[in-house]
Amino acid sequence: MNDSTTTLKTRARRSDDDPPDSPRSVGWTEAQKAIVVPLGQSMALEKGPMAGPVEIEFETYGTLSPAKDNAVLITHALSGDAHVAGWDKHAEAAARTYRLKHPGWWDSVIGPGKAIDTNRWFVICSNILGSCYGTTGPASINPATGKPYGMSFPVVTVSDWVKIQAMLLDQLGIARLHAVIGGSLGGQQALEWTLAYPDRVDRAIVFAAAHRLSTQGVAFNAVGRQAIMTDPHFNNGDYYQTQSPIHGLAVARMMAHITYLSEEGMHQKFGRRMKLETSHSSALGGEFEVEGYLDYQGRSFVTRFDANSYLYVTWAMNHYDAASRWGGGDLVEACRRIQSRVLVCSFSSDWLYTPGQCRELAFAMCKAGKPASYIEVPSHYGHDAFLVETEPVGRLLSSFLEGTRP
Amino acid sequence: MNQTSMEWLRPLLAKLDPALAQLSLTEISAALGYDPDSDGGPPPPPLRWEDQIIEQLLPQGASVLDLGCGDGQLLAGLMTRKKVHGQGVEFDAASIFGCVARGVPVLQIDLDRGLKEFADHSFDYVVLEETLQTLRKPVDILQEMLRVGRRGIVSFPNFAHWKVRLDLLLRGRMPVTKGLPYRWYDTPNIHLMCLQDFLDWVQQHRVKVQQAHVYADGQIRPLRDGDNLYAEQCLLVLER
Repeated sequence: MNDSTTTLKTRARRSDDDPPDSPRSVGWTEAQKAIVVPLGQSMALEKGPMAGPVEIEFETYGTLSPAKDNAVLITHALSGDAHVAGWDKHAEAAARTYRLKHPGWWDSVIGPGKAIDTNRWFVICSNILGSCYGTTGPASINPATGKPYGMSFPVVTVSDWVKIQAMLLDQLGIARLHAVIGGSLGGQQALEWTLAYPDRVDRAIVFAAAHRLSTQGVAFNAVGRQAIMTDPHFNNGDYYQTQSPIHGLAVARMMAHITYLSEEGMHQKFGRRMKLETSHSSALGGEFEVEGYLDYQGRSFVTRFDANSYLYVTWAMNHYDAASRWGGGDLVEACRRIQSRVLVCSFSSDWLYTPGQCRELAFAMCKAGKPASYIEVPSHYGHDAFLVETEPVGRLLSSFLEGTRP
Repeated sequence: MNQTSMEWLRPLLAKLDPALAQLSLTEISAALGYDPDSDGGPPPPPLRWEDQIIEQLLPQGASVLDLGCGDGQLLAGLMTRKKVHGQGVEFDAASIFGCVARGVPVLQIDLDRGLKEFADHSFDYVVLEETLQTLRKPVDILQEMLRVGRRGIVSFPNFAHWKVRLDLLLRGRMPVTKGLPYRWYDTPNIHLMCLQDFLDWVQQHRVKVQQAHVYADGQIRPLRDGDNLYAEQCLLVLER
């Protein structure tokens, strides 16, 4: 519990981060918890029942208006968490040291006076079921056995996440969202909101996401999932008392990270530069800068993510299909449910959720007679562009949030 | 330009329209913008002069697809005052940001790639303002407009307007007028046509002109006979 000014100074490392004392930062943040299913009760998930307790970690910034009409829900992606803005006050105490030098994952657009202006909007972000950032997941203790769930954790889906977010909003007394906003897997949750709870969402923004993952995307996930499952320490998910399958998880992250960048972006960032000038050559390799970068991404990821959670979340990502769930396989039919204004934004170099796929989603809404907006933002940052292209993303966010219905 | 050198024009002008031959040469040259001291006749059509006509002719609550909607100004007005269900289409990113800020739904589409994503008769009206002449396949878009919409509203500059004709005739260079201010190398207009060309096409393809308006002599008025010479801009409401 060290919130002294020395910590404050050592924390804001990157020059473009707003330090916690900046007027544009939401400042120090504290995780909140909600029990959406108490011990002894259970809830129906899409694929079967889940016994309580189901605990959700979430964060909020800004102030809920007396009319409770200014709530904006942010839905996070695969490896994201509820800490979307500001600086975690208890990063050290909660052993979340990876948060010491970085603000929340979308701090660039959330804060006082920023695109999602916390002076105006009450921002909520909750960690998804099956993840490992404070919400019940495979690493949580199964009350029936007194041991971590591991692979006995029930299969979860995008729809389940949205259902639980709705239960959380019920607890907060929020009947209707001004907006739900997410990128990637978070974008699919935003879409699912407009389909599952059409009368609870005024508007939705879907960044870099489509109604389902492409075959290529499933294939990329297959490599990462295999890397985890074939790690000698995986032990069918029962590794919490022993050694974790960190090598498999690191390889999964490296693989996935490639899909978050683009060919052009990688070329610009690394080219074919070598990280060390070696006089001798070894077939073991590892000389390229890009190799070192991916290795670092893999190694740092394993300090903050659970391999079982990775399997559960990628399973949900692979299986989500809005057309099947809501339209009997017909996306246009599914979109007829929508009552929200929806903005879909793709990025030109994204090869995980390509502009073509995002476009197809927006046009299905239009075909269903729904007011839809679609824009492709030019960027060489690939799939990660929704986190990086702060200027166009911020402009879209603020104008779409604030635009009145003409 | 030497005024007397234009005397040869009179019989030609009289053939086009006796009224034109009555104009003084000063008036003609002023209209063509040759005299820097003159105000040069009536002003060119204001940007989006069509908007007020469109607003008047649309019924309350109609569904409207605006192709090349710019920053959504027309649709925003129609959605507020006529309660239309508006959907914009635009290619330019800066304009799309403008639509989003106005709360106008907009899809990024390159019109040269067609409207295949839109279902038959999914809109009451499809609007194409001042864009037809910039497209690679203008006829394809016209056909598509009449497939997607029950009615199409199209506007375009008339290349047969007498000032344009004279400008080409007198200067022997690609016409540059107040209504068509571009030079040959920077014009977005790649398929310029005359009002009469368009009316011919409409007739040949059994498309009905349900309404027609022109911008002529600084005024907006219904289409009249002979407007191929006088209309600077045209707006037609088409129907299959």
